[in-house]
Amino acid sequence: MTSIDNNGRLAGPTPAQLMRRRAFSHFGFLIGGGVLALIILAAIFAPLLTSQDPYAQDLSQRILRPFFMDGGSWDHPLGTDHLGRDYLARLLYGARISLIIGLVTALISGVIGTAMGVCAGYFGGRVDTVVMFLITVRLSMPVVLVALAVVALFGGSLFVVVSVLGLLLWDRFAVVMRSSTMQIRGLDYVTSAQALGCSTPRIIMTEIMPNVLNNLIVIVTLEMAHAIILEAALSFLGLGVQPPLPSWGLMISEGKDMLFFESWLITVPGIALFVLIFAINLLGDGIRDVTAPENRN
Amino acid sequence: MFRFFLKRLGLAALVAMTVSLISFSLLFLAGDPAVALAGEGATEIDIEAIRTRYGFDRPIPMQYLSWLGNALSGDFGESYYFKTPVVHLITEKLPVTMSLGLSAITFAILLAIPLGVAAAVRPNSLIDRFALFISVIGQAMPSFWFGLIMIVVFAVNLGWVPVSGSDSWRHFILPTIVLGYYATPAIMRLTRAGMLEVLRADYIRTARAKGLRPGKVLFKHALRNAVIPVVGLAAVQLGFMLGGSVIIESIFALNGAGFLAFESISRNDFPVVQALILVFSLIYVLLTLLADLLNAWLDPRIRVA
Amino acid sequence: MSNLLNVSNLTVEIPVGAGLLKPVRGISFDLKKGETLCIVGESGCGKSLTSLALMGLLPKIAQRNAERLEFAGQDLRGIAENKMADLRGASRSMIFQEPMTSLNPAYSIGDQLMEGMIRHNRSSRREAKDRAIFLLEKVGITAAASRLGQYPHQLSGGLRQRVMIAMSLMCGPDLIIADEPTTALDVTIQAKILGMMKDLQAEFGMAMILITHDLGVVARIADKIAVMYAGVFVETGSAEKVFTAPMHPYTKGLLSCIPVPGKTARGSRLGAISGVVPSLIGGVKGCGFGSRCPFAAPACEIEPALTPRGSDHACRCVHDDDKLQSLIWEAVQ
Repeated sequence: MTSIDNNGRLAGPTPAQLMRRRAFSHFGFLIGGGVLALIILAAIFAPLLTSQDPYAQDLSQRILRPFFMDGGSWDHPLGTDHLGRDYLARLLYGARISLIIGLVTALISGVIGTAMGVCAGYFGGRVDTVVMFLITVRLSMPVVLVALAVVALFGGSLFVVVSVLGLLLWDRFAVVMRSSTMQIRGLDYVTSAQALGCSTPRIIMTEIMPNVLNNLIVIVTLEMAHAIILEAALSFLGLGVQPPLPSWGLMISEGKDMLFFESWLITVPGIALFVLIFAINLLGDGIRDVTAPENRN
Repeated sequence: MFRFFLKRLGLAALVAMTVSLISFSLLFLAGDPAVALAGEGATEIDIEAIRTRYGFDRPIPMQYLSWLGNALSGDFGESYYFKTPVVHLITEKLPVTMSLGLSAITFAILLAIPLGVAAAVRPNSLIDRFALFISVIGQAMPSFWFGLIMIVVFAVNLGWVPVSGSDSWRHFILPTIVLGYYATPAIMRLTRAGMLEVLRADYIRTARAKGLRPGKVLFKHALRNAVIPVVGLAAVQLGFMLGGSVIIESIFALNGAGFLAFESISRNDFPVVQALILVFSLIYVLLTLLADLLNAWLDPRIRVA
Repeated sequence: MSNLLNVSNLTVEIPVGAGLLKPVRGISFDLKKGETLCIVGESGCGKSLTSLALMGLLPKIAQRNAERLEFAGQDLRGIAENKMADLRGASRSMIFQEPMTSLNPAYSIGDQLMEGMIRHNRSSRREAKDRAIFLLEKVGITAAASRLGQYPHQLSGGLRQRVMIAMSLMCGPDLIIADEPTTALDVTIQAKILGMMKDLQAEFGMAMILITHDLGVVARIADKIAVMYAGVFVETGSAEKVFTAPMHPYTKGLLSCIPVPGKTARGSRLGAISGVVPSLIGGVKGCGFGSRCPFAAPACEIEPALTPRGSDHACRCVHDDDKLQSLIWEAVQ
C-alpha cells in the first residue's frame, strides 16, 4: 500500500487513485452506472432508435402484440396500445419524462434540503430547532395525499408534478446534510478557518461543502429514484402527468383496463420502471461504497 | 418521563396543526374554491351562492381558525359529496386502513426480522445474498405495479384470492403483502446491521462462555438488544404506510380512508381532504411518539434510569 | 493425585491475508485440582488465545491442535461443539477482562446469574435463585437478594466484576480461567478482588488459570507460573522458584522493570525491554527473544526446547544453568 520511498516521500497510490480502483472493481457501481447510462442514451437518441411517433394514433392498429408473443411482428416490436400508438416509441420517449422528472426534482429538493440542512448543522441553536420542526412537519405529511391534492387543484402537468415533488422531497437531504455538517463542524480545520476570520459563507463553501459532497451525491440518486416512482404512482392514479404524454406510470394506468387479457401492456413499462430504479439504487449504493466505504453496514 | 410524554404530545399537536395550515393555504393558493366547487358551466349567481353557503367570503385566516376550532371539538364539517358529517365518514373508513396497515407491518416484521437475523449470522452466505436481493427488489419495485402483477398472477390466473373489494379477510391478503413488502427492506437492513454489531459484543462472548445453547444466545441475548431500534423503525414505517394506503386501496378497491382520500380529491370534496390530511399527520406523529416510548421501554438503561 | 488438566503441545493457527499466523506455537502444562497457574506475558504473546483455545471459544477461522488436551480424563480434542457447550460454564468457566461490557444490558443480573445453572444443572428457578444469592454474598455484595433485580448499568465496574465471578461459580466448576480479571479495575479494588478469588478457590477447591501481564497480581496468587513469549512458554516453575531465582533473560528483564520501594532511586527512569515482539506469521526463526536479548549468542539461531532445570523449574534457553544464574539483567535506562 502506501509506503515511504527512498527520498522519504509517500509512495503508492493516492486517495483519488484508490477511489478509482474501488470504483472500477465495484460490481454494483459498474452495473448500475452502465444501465443508467444506457437508459439515458436511449432516451436522448430515441428518434434514432425508432422511426415511430409516440403520439401518432392509428385505431386500425390497436393492441398489437409485441414480437415475442404470438401474433406479434417486428413492425411494432413492443406492440401498440389501445390507441394504436407504438409501444416501443412510447417507452423510449417515456424514459425522457422519467429522467427529467427525476433529475429536476432531485435538483430542486436538493437545493432546498441542503440549504436547510447545512444551515441547521452549521449554526445550530434556534436555526436548528426551526429546521428540525420543519422536517418533522414535512415527515408527518402524507406525501402522496398532498401531492395528489395539489395536482388536483393546480391541474396535472409536467411542471406541476416536478414543482410539487421538488417542494416535498427535500427531507432526506435536510436530515443527512444536517448530520454531516454537524460532524464536520466540530473538526479542527473548521475552527481554524473561523479563527482566521473567514466569513461564514466562505467557510461553508470551502470547508463544509466539499466534505459533505459524497453523501450529497448518494442522496441525489436516492431521491431521483424516489421522485421517479412517485411520479409514476401519481400518473397512474390520473393525477400526475396528463395524456397523451408517454409517462410510464400513465402507460400502466392505460393498460390496466386490459389487465386480464393483455397483461404485457403493464408488464413492459413496469419492467422499464423497475430496471431504471434498480440501476439508480445500485449506482447510489456503489457511489457510497466507493467514496466512503466505512459507511456501509 | 411523564413530562417528556406531555412535551411530545404538545409537539405532535403543533406539527399536525402546521400541516393542516399548509394544506388549508394550498386550497386558496389554487384559486377560488367556490369556482372549483361549482364546476364548469356554473353561473356567477351559483358561484356566489356557494360562496356564502360555505363561508368562502370570510377572510382566509378567519376561515382557518373557525375550521380549526371546529376540528378541535371533533367537527370537521360536512362532506360536499356525501352530505354527511366528515367525522362519520372517517370513523367508518379509518378502521379498514388501520387494520390493513397493522397486518402489513406484521407481515413485514415476520418476513424481515428472521431474514435479517439469518443474514447476520452467516454474512456473505447464500441467505445473506438472498436477503439483500429481496430488499433491493423491494426498493426498486413500484408498489402499484407490484399490486397489479399480484392481482394478475394470484387472483386471475390462480384464483386463490378475490380480485377486489373489502368484504372478507381474504380480500386483505394481497394488499397486506404488497403494502408490507414496501417496509421490508428497511427493517431487514436495520435488523441485520444491528445483529452484526451486537454479535461482536462482549456479553455475547460471556453468554457463549456460559455454555448456553446457540439458539438461546442468538435470540435471548443478541436479538433482544438488536431489535430495539427496529421496533421504533417499524412504528415509523407504519406511519409511511398511510400514504401508501392511498395507492393500494385504490388498486384493490378496499373501502378505507386512503380510497376515500383519493376519491375526495378527485371530487374536490375539500372538507374530507382537509380532515384526512390532518388525521393522517396526527397518526404519524403519534406513531413516532410511540416509537420513542417503545425504544425507551425496551432499553433498561433508559427505563430504569 | 491425577491431574485435572493435561495440555501437550497446544497450537493455534489463524490464516490471515499475509500468511498463516501462529500465535500459539506449542504450549504444554498440567494442572492439579485446587492449583493456581498464572500465565504471564505482554500483550500479543498469545495468552488470551490460549485461554480461548482451552474453552473452545476460538473464532471459526482459527485452527486448534494439540497432542494432548484432557480435562478430568476427557479428551477435548475432537469433541463436538454441543458437548463442549455442555462443559462450558459447568465444569469449566471463564471470567473476562472487561466487566463494563461483559454483561447483557437488557437483562437483570439475577436473570444472567441463574440462566447458566438452569441450563446446565436443570435446576428450578428457586434453587438457582438461592445459589445466586449465596454466591453474591460470598463475593462481598451486600443485600444480595434485592440486587438480583438490578440491571448491569446500575452497578459499578468493581461490582460487575464480582457479579462475573459469582456467575462463573454458579455451577460449581472444577476449573476457572480468568483473563486479566482485575486489569480494568482500580488498583485499590484489585487487591480485594484477588484476595476474594483466592479465598473462594480455597473454599471450593477449584483450579485456576489466571492470565495477566501484571507481576504484582502473580505474586499474590500463583502456585505455578508460566512466562509466555511469542507463542511459547519460555520459563515455567513454581511461583517461589521463578520469582526468587528467575532463569530466562526475559523473566529477568520483566522482574527488573518493576520499581521496588526503597530500592529504586527517585527520579530514575523506569526500566524497559527494548525491541518489539517478532512477527508470528509463518512461525518464528530461532529464539523468539533473540533480537531483544542482551545475552544472545550464535546458538540462539535455533529455537531451544523447554528443558527442566531442577525440580519445579524449566527454561527455554541455550545457556546452561550456571550461566543463566550468573547473568544479571541491567534494565535499559
